[in-house]
Amino acid sequence: MITQARRIEMKILPVISVAVVLGAAGLIAFIAALPVIAALLSSLIDANLPEAIRPVAKRGLGVAAVVGFLSLFPIFAIWFERKVAAHTQDRLGPMRVGWHGVLQSFADGIKLLFKEDIIPAEGDAILFRLAPYLVVAGAFAAFAVLPWGDGLVVSDLDIGVLYIVAIGSFAAIGILMAGWASNNKYSLFGGMRSAAQLVSYEIPTVLTLLVVVVQVGSLNLQDIVAAQQGGLFNWFVFRMYGINAIAFVVFFICGLAETNRTPFDLPEAESELVAGFHTEYSGMRFAFFFLAEYGSMFLVSGLAVVLFLGGWQGVLASQIVPGPLSFMTKTLFLVFVQMWLRWTLPRLRVDQLMAMCWKYLIPIAFALLVVAGFLALPN
Amino acid sequence: MSTTKQQLWSEEVPSFKEADLEEDEMILQMGPQHPSTHGVLRVELLTDGEVVKQARPHIGYLHRNFEKHAENVDYPGVIPFADRMDYVGSMANSLTYALTVEKLMGIQVNERVKTIRVLVAELQRIASHLLSVGTYGIDIGAFTPFLHCFRDREMVLDLFEWLCGARLLYNYNWVGGVSHDLPEGWVEKSRWFVDQFEHTIDEVDELLSFNKIFTKRTATVGIIPPEMAVSYAISGPNLRGSGIKWDIRKEEPYCGYENYDFEIPIGTAEHGPIGSCWDRYYVRVLEMRESCKIIRQALARLPEGDVHEHVPKRVKPAKGEAYLRTETPRGELAYYVVSDGGLIPFRVKGRSPCFVHMSLFHEIARGEMIADIIAIIGSLDIVLGEIDR
Repeated sequence: MITQARRIEMKILPVISVAVVLGAAGLIAFIAALPVIAALLSSLIDANLPEAIRPVAKRGLGVAAVVGFLSLFPIFAIWFERKVAAHTQDRLGPMRVGWHGVLQSFADGIKLLFKEDIIPAEGDAILFRLAPYLVVAGAFAAFAVLPWGDGLVVSDLDIGVLYIVAIGSFAAIGILMAGWASNNKYSLFGGMRSAAQLVSYEIPTVLTLLVVVVQVGSLNLQDIVAAQQGGLFNWFVFRMYGINAIAFVVFFICGLAETNRTPFDLPEAESELVAGFHTEYSGMRFAFFFLAEYGSMFLVSGLAVVLFLGGWQGVLASQIVPGPLSFMTKTLFLVFVQMWLRWTLPRLRVDQLMAMCWKYLIPIAFALLVVAGFLALPN
Repeated sequence: MSTTKQQLWSEEVPSFKEADLEEDEMILQMGPQHPSTHGVLRVELLTDGEVVKQARPHIGYLHRNFEKHAENVDYPGVIPFADRMDYVGSMANSLTYALTVEKLMGIQVNERVKTIRVLVAELQRIASHLLSVGTYGIDIGAFTPFLHCFRDREMVLDLFEWLCGARLLYNYNWVGGVSHDLPEGWVEKSRWFVDQFEHTIDEVDELLSFNKIFTKRTATVGIIPPEMAVSYAISGPNLRGSGIKWDIRKEEPYCGYENYDFEIPIGTAEHGPIGSCWDRYYVRVLEMRESCKIIRQALARLPEGDVHEHVPKRVKPAKGEAYLRTETPRGELAYYVVSDGGLIPFRVKGRSPCFVHMSLFHEIARGEMIADIIAIIGSLDIVLGEIDR
C-alpha cells in the first residue's frame, strides 16, 4: 500500500531531481563561464564602487564564491563517493531519493541539521565545540590561494605554497582537540594517531612541493601553473626525466595520509577505534568533519593538479577549454582516484604507517629534491 | 605528578626532567558494543600507548541457558536451541546434535539423508567461511570484499530458504532424517552456485588474500605455534592454520565423509611464521574450494530414498549416554547427551570450539598493538552465541 506521504514524495522527488540535474549542468556551464563572469563582476565593481573598497569587494566576492562552492561540494562528493563505493562493491547505492539518489545527500544533510547536538558530560565543552570549526577553517582557508583559472584566484599570494602548508596544519590541531575534548579513550587514540600522522607526512609533502618549486623558482601557485603552459608535455609530471612523476606519486600518497583517507584512515579507523576522533560528535558538528574531509580531499587533488598536472592549462597548447573547467575535470578525476583507492585497499597499522613515511617516503622525497635541484640549476 | 598546582604558581619555574614524566598504563574496554568483537565480547586491554600489554576477554553477554533449556524440552525440541548456538553455522550444529541422538538410539539413516546432510553441511561451511573472510576484510579495513562475500552468502541462504523455509535458523536436521526432501530444481541451482562461486573465491584472493597491505598486516601477528595449538586443544581452521593436519571429517568420518575425495588445507607460512592470522584466514579460503569439491561429488551421487524413512515416531532413547563430535565451520563441535530413558534428555553438554579458542586469546594477544587485537579476534573467527551458549 502506498501511503499519503509516499505519494507526495513520488510527485515531488522527480521534479527536484530534474532541478538538481539541471542545476549541475548549469553549474558546469557556470564554471566554464567563470572567467567571463569574473571579468564582468570585476568591471561592474570598478565602474560603480569607490576606489577604496574595490579590492575588498573583489576579495569578498571571491571568498563568497569559494565558501559557497565548498559548502555545496561535499553534497555532491558524498553522493559520488557512495555511488563509487556501491559500484565497486557490486551494488547500486542510493537509488530511492530522487533520480539515482541525487537527493540522498540533501536528505542526510537535513537529518544531520535536526539531530541533537550532544556534548559529553565529562568532556571539555569549549574545546569540543571549537574543534570542528578549526578543522573546517583549516580546510577552507587553504582555498584562498588555489588558482581556478587565469587570474581567477581569491588571493594571489606570492608565498602560496607555504601558506597552504601552514594553514593545512590547522586540521591536526583541530583533530587532536576533538580527540582530547571528547573524554573518550578511543577518541584520544584517534587524536594522537592523527597528530603523529599529519606531522610526519607533512615532511615528504613539503619536500615534494619543493621539487616543483625549485624548477619554477617561485612559491606563487599562479606562476607554477604559468610555467606549465604549452600542452600536455609541458605539465610538470611529464618533465625532468620522470623525477616529477615520482614526486607526484609521493605527493599523492602523502595527500591521502593528510586527508585521513584509506589506506591511511587510522585516526577514524572504523573497525578499531569506532570512528576515532569523531566518535562522540553528532548532528552538525559531526557533519563539519565531513565538510572538512571532502574539502581537503578536493584541496589535495587540486594542489596536485596545480603542481603536476598543469593546473587550469589544457591538454593542448592553446587554451580551448575554459581554464576552470579544465582544472575541475582534472581535480575531480583525482578525487575519484582517492575514492577508488579507499574502497579497494585495506588499512595500514600505525607502526607501518610511520615506517612508510620515515623509511621510504622521506628519503625518496629528499633524493628527488636534491636531483631536481641540481638539474634545475641555471647553466 | 611530581609538580603540584602550587609549585606551578610559585616564583621559581619548575624544571622538568625526563624522569619526572609519568608513565602509566591505560585500561581500554573493547566491547561489548565494539563493532569488531564479532558479537558481544568484552576485551579488557591494558595498553601502553598503542601496545597491548595484557588482554583479558570477558564472556557471558550472550548466555541464553542452552544446556538448562535442553533439560526441559523433548529430544527434537533441542534442535532449534542447537541451531541458535552457532547462529552462522546452524546446519552444522543441529547436525551434530541429531547425530548424537541417533548414536544414542542406534538409528542408521539411509544414504539419501546422509548425502543431503553432507550437502547442507558443506554449503553451511561455505556460508560461514564467507562471513568470516568478509568480516575479516572489514577488520583490516577493506570493506569491498565483505560485500562481494555477502552477495554469494545470500545465494547459499536462498538455497536454504528454498529447502526448508528459513534463512538462518533452519531446524532442518531431524533425529533420523531431515525435515524436507530436496525441492525440484534445487540440485541444478546448487550446481550452478558452486560453479560460479569458484570465481568469487578468485575475486577474494585478488582483492584481499594477496594484497600487500593485507599480508603485511596479518602474516606476522597472532602467531599460534603448533605446540601451543595442541596444548590448548584448539581445532578447526585455527588448528590447521598452525600446520597440523587434523580434521574430524577424515579422522572420525560421519555421514559417509570417508567416501568423498577432498584435501585438508593447512597453513603454509607463505608470508610469515606458521600459525599467523593470515594462515588461519587462508585455510578458510582454501576450505571453501574443498567444500565446492565435496558438494559437486554429493550432487553427482545423490541416491533416491525417503528422507523420513528412519524418523522415529517418538524419540525416547534407552538409558545411556552418547558423545559425538563433528567438524563444524569453526572447529570440533561435540555434544554429550545423557538419557534417563524418558522423553526429555537428562543432560545435554555442548563442547564448543570457539570457547576453547578464546582460552588462548590472552597468550597470542600479549605484546601486540591495538589494531592487531582486532586482527586476532577476527582470525579466530569466534561466534559469541557458541561461546556463551
